[in-house]
Amino acid sequence: MAETPQKAPAGEAREKVPMMQQVLDNPFLLLFLGVTVPAVLYLIWGIMEVASVPVGQ
Amino acid sequence: MAITPPANRLWWKEPIHGVELGWIVIAFLWGLFMFFFMIAWHFIGDQNLSTETYRVKPAAYEEKVAAWAEQYQKIGADGEPVEVEGTPVVAPPEGGDVYILARLWEFWPVVELKKGVKYRIHISSVDWQHGFSLQPVNMNISVHPGYEHVINLTPTETGEFGIVCNEYCGIGHHTMTGLIRVVE
Amino acid sequence: MASIDATAAGSGVVNAPYRMCRFTGLKVDQAAETLIKVHAVTAVIFLALGGLMGLGVALTRWPAVQILPPEWFYLVLTGHGANVLLFWIIFFEMAVLFFASAILLGSRLAAPKVAWLGYILMLVGALMANYAVLRGDSTVMFTSYVPMQASHWFYLSLIVFAVGALISVMVFFATLVVAKNENTYDGSVPLVTFGAITAAIIAVFTLASGAIILIPTWLWSLGLITEIDSLMYKVVWWGMGHSSQQINVSAHVAIWYAIAAMVLGAKPLSEKVSRMAFLMYILFLQLASAHHLLAEPGMSASWKIVNTSYMMYLAVLGSMIHGLTVPGAIEAAQRRNGFTRGAFEWLTKAPWGNPAFSGMFLSLVMFGFIGGISGVILGTEQLNVLMHNTLYVPGHFHGTVVAGTTLAFMAMTWLVVPLIFRRDIIWPTLAKWQPYLFGIGAGGISLFMMGAGTLGVPRRHWDISLADAAHRAVEFPAAAYLMMGLNGLFAILAALGGLVFIVTVVASILAGPKLDGPDAKMVFPLHDASRQVSEYGSEGTLKLPGTIILVGIFFAAFVLYYFVNWKYLSELWLFN
Ligand code: HEM
Ligand SMILES: [Cu+2]
Ligand SMILES: [Cu+2]
Repeated sequence: MAETPQKAPAGEAREKVPMMQQVLDNPFLLLFLGVTVPAVLYLIWGIMEVASVPVGQ
Repeated sequence: MAITPPANRLWWKEPIHGVELGWIVIAFLWGLFMFFFMIAWHFIGDQNLSTETYRVKPAAYEEKVAAWAEQYQKIGADGEPVEVEGTPVVAPPEGGDVYILARLWEFWPVVELKKGVKYRIHISSVDWQHGFSLQPVNMNISVHPGYEHVINLTPTETGEFGIVCNEYCGIGHHTMTGLIRVVE
Repeated sequence: MASIDATAAGSGVVNAPYRMCRFTGLKVDQAAETLIKVHAVTAVIFLALGGLMGLGVALTRWPAVQILPPEWFYLVLTGHGANVLLFWIIFFEMAVLFFASAILLGSRLAAPKVAWLGYILMLVGALMANYAVLRGDSTVMFTSYVPMQASHWFYLSLIVFAVGALISVMVFFATLVVAKNENTYDGSVPLVTFGAITAAIIAVFTLASGAIILIPTWLWSLGLITEIDSLMYKVVWWGMGHSSQQINVSAHVAIWYAIAAMVLGAKPLSEKVSRMAFLMYILFLQLASAHHLLAEPGMSASWKIVNTSYMMYLAVLGSMIHGLTVPGAIEAAQRRNGFTRGAFEWLTKAPWGNPAFSGMFLSLVMFGFIGGISGVILGTEQLNVLMHNTLYVPGHFHGTVVAGTTLAFMAMTWLVVPLIFRRDIIWPTLAKWQPYLFGIGAGGISLFMMGAGTLGVPRRHWDISLADAAHRAVEFPAAAYLMMGLNGLFAILAALGGLVFIVTVVASILAGPKLDGPDAKMVFPLHDASRQVSEYGSEGTLKLPGTIILVGIFFAAFVLYYFVNWKYLSELWLFN
C-alpha cells in the first residue's frame, strides 16, 4: 500500500492518493479481504452450524 | 478507456454521474428491503422451512419408522391392512409425528393426513441424498442420510399428492416416488 | 510498426520478446500471447464436447424424443456439467487473466514456464475427468454429492485440474507485481484488469474450498477415510461450486467493459463507481454459495439469511451498478460518436452486425433479465422451497452461465481471433449471425427450463412421465411437456449457434486472412482510438435517457417478479 504514491508518474502534482483508492489499488489487500470474509461468514460459520446439530434420541 | 489505466491519476476524486448516484440509492434501498423482508416473513409468513434437525444413525431411523408404521397401519373395512402397490398406508393420529423414509428408490410409507391439521413430519434418508418434492404443491426439500429433519406441516387441500425425488440418486432416480393422501 | 518483434528494454530486469499491436497499440508479450492462444483453443474444444453433450441431454429430456437411455443420460449429463462449466469456462478464464495482466499492463508474463505447468495440469485433469466419466463408474453429476461414490479417478482429476488453475492464478498475481515493479503502466490498473483481479481473488477462495473438500473425498474413495458427512460436504463443496460461478460473473463483466471499450471507445462513467461495484463482489459475492443450502436440514435461519443475501444484497448492488454503468458507458460513448437523436439512437445505430458487440449486449441483457432476476428469487431464503432442485435451477444458470458468461466469452473470441491469432474472421456473415443464433437458443432453454421448473418438473431426471415409478403419483401438466419440447427446439438452436461459433473460429484460426500486413484491416473494425476526447465517461455531464429507461424496465420487472413469487409462496401448504 505504501508504494502507491511513489509510483505515480513523475511530474504530476504530489497530491496524496485518497485512502479508498489506495485500498482498491492494492490487489493483495483485496485478496486477503476476499478470502477472509467468505471464509469466516460462509465456511467457518457454516461448518459450525453443521457441527452443532444435536444427536437425536 | 476501460482497457487502459485511468487517465486521471486521482480518479477517486472525479464526480459521480447523477444517474449513477440515483441508481445506487434505489438499488441499495431495494436490497435492504429484500433483506428485511426475509426476516419479516419469519414473523408474518406461514412458510418458513424448519431448522429442527437431529443426527441419527440410518439404521436407527429405519427401525423407528418401521415401528411407527406398524403402530398406525391403516386397517380397511375388511380388517386387512391397507396398501398401495405393496406399500403400507399409515394414518397417524391428528397432530402427531409422521415419519417418511427415503431410500433407493422410494419414499416409504404412504401417509394419510387430515386437512388443516398440523403434523410433525420427520424426514431422513437411509442411503444417499434424495430430494423431497411434493407435487403438484411444488414444495422442495433436501433429504440427507444421517440427519433427521422435522417440519411442522399443515396440508391445506385434500387429494392425492405425489412425492418425486428431485435429487439425483443413481440409475433409479426417475423411478423414485412416494404418496401423501390428504382427507377431510 | 506492424508486428515488429522487439525486445523490451524494461528496467533491465528480464528481457522478453514482444510485439506492438497495430489495432490497439498494446504491447503484446509473446509468451502471454502463446498461452492465451493455447488456453482459448483448449477451451473451445471442451465447449464443443460439452455442448454436444448438452444437446444430447436436452433431446433426452424432450419426452417425445428421449434419445438416450437412462444410464447414458445420467453419464452424459455428468460430462456436460464438467466439460462446459469447469473446463470450457475455466480454460477461457485463464486466457482472460493472462490478457488482463500481461497484455493490458504492457508487461511480460511472470514465469511463463510455471504458467505452462498450470496449463498442463489443467489439461491432464480435464482429460482424466472425461476418462473417469466415460468409464461409466463416475456417474455422480459434477456435484458428486456423498455418500454416492465415483471412481477415485474422478476426484483426483478435479484436484489436478484445480491445482493447475491455482498455479495459473498465481502467475496472474505475480504478473501484477512484475508490471508494477517494472513500471509498465502509470497509476492504477485499467478497470478491466481490476475486474480480472476480482475474478482471480474469487478463484483463490474457490480453489481453496475445492481442495478442502475434494482431497478428503478422494481419500475416502480410496478407502483411506471411512466417512464423509453429507451436509459438511455440501457446505464446503458449494464454497467451490458456487464461487466458481462468481469468477465467471466477474470475468464476463470485465469483458463487457473491454468489448465496449474496444468496439465503441466506451469509458466507464466513473472509475470509482465501477471499481466499488467490483469491491462488493470481492467482499460478498462468494457468500451466495448458501443458495444451494436453503433447503437443507440443520442450517440456521441467520446463517442462511446473511449468506444468501450476500450480506444485505450488497453484491447484488454491485451487479445492478454494472447493469447501469455498462450500458451507460456505451450510451455516453455513442452519443459522443454522434448518435444523439432521441432516447435510443445510440442503441439502434450500434454495430449490431459486429458479433463482438451484439454478443456482448445480448449477454448483458439476458444475464440481467433472465439469470440475474431468477437468481435473486431462487436465493431468497423462503422462496427457494418453490423451486429447489426443479428444472428452474438449470433454467436460471443457463441464463447466467450460458446466455451470460458463455455468450460474452464467445463475443470476446471474435476479438481474440484477429488481435491475438492475427487472422481475420473467415466467414463474416456466419460470424454476424452467430450471437443471435446462440443467444436466442440459450435464452430459450433458460426460459423454458425455468417454466417447467415452476410446474414442478425435477432436474436431472430421465422420465417425467414416471412410467417405471413406485407410485405414478404425479401427472405433470401438458404445459410441462410443451415446455420440455420447446426446450429441445431451442437447444437445437443453441447447439447450431455453438457449432457455427466453433467452426468459424477454428477455420479463421487455421485459414483466415492474415492480419499482420502493414495495411490489413479487420472486417469487424475496432473503435478509432484517435476519436477519444474526454477524460472519463461522464465528462461533460451527458444525459443518459436511454440507459435510464432500460434500467427502469429492468427494475420494474425485478420488483414485479419478486412479489409474484411471494404470492405463490403464500399459497403453499403451511410449514415452519
Ligand atoms: C448447446 C448448449 C446447451 C444446451 C442445449 C444445454 C442444455 C442443458 C440441459 C437440458 C441440461 C439438463 C438439465 C437437467 O436435466 O437437470 C443442462 C444441464 C447443465 N448445463 Fe447445459 N446446455 C448447454 C450449454 C451449457 C453451457 C455452455 C454450460 C456452462 C457454461 C452449461 C452448464 C450446465 C450445467 C452446469 C448443467 C447441470 C448439470 C447437472 O445438473 O449436473 N450448459 N444443460
Ligand atoms: Cu432419490
Ligand atoms: Cu433421486
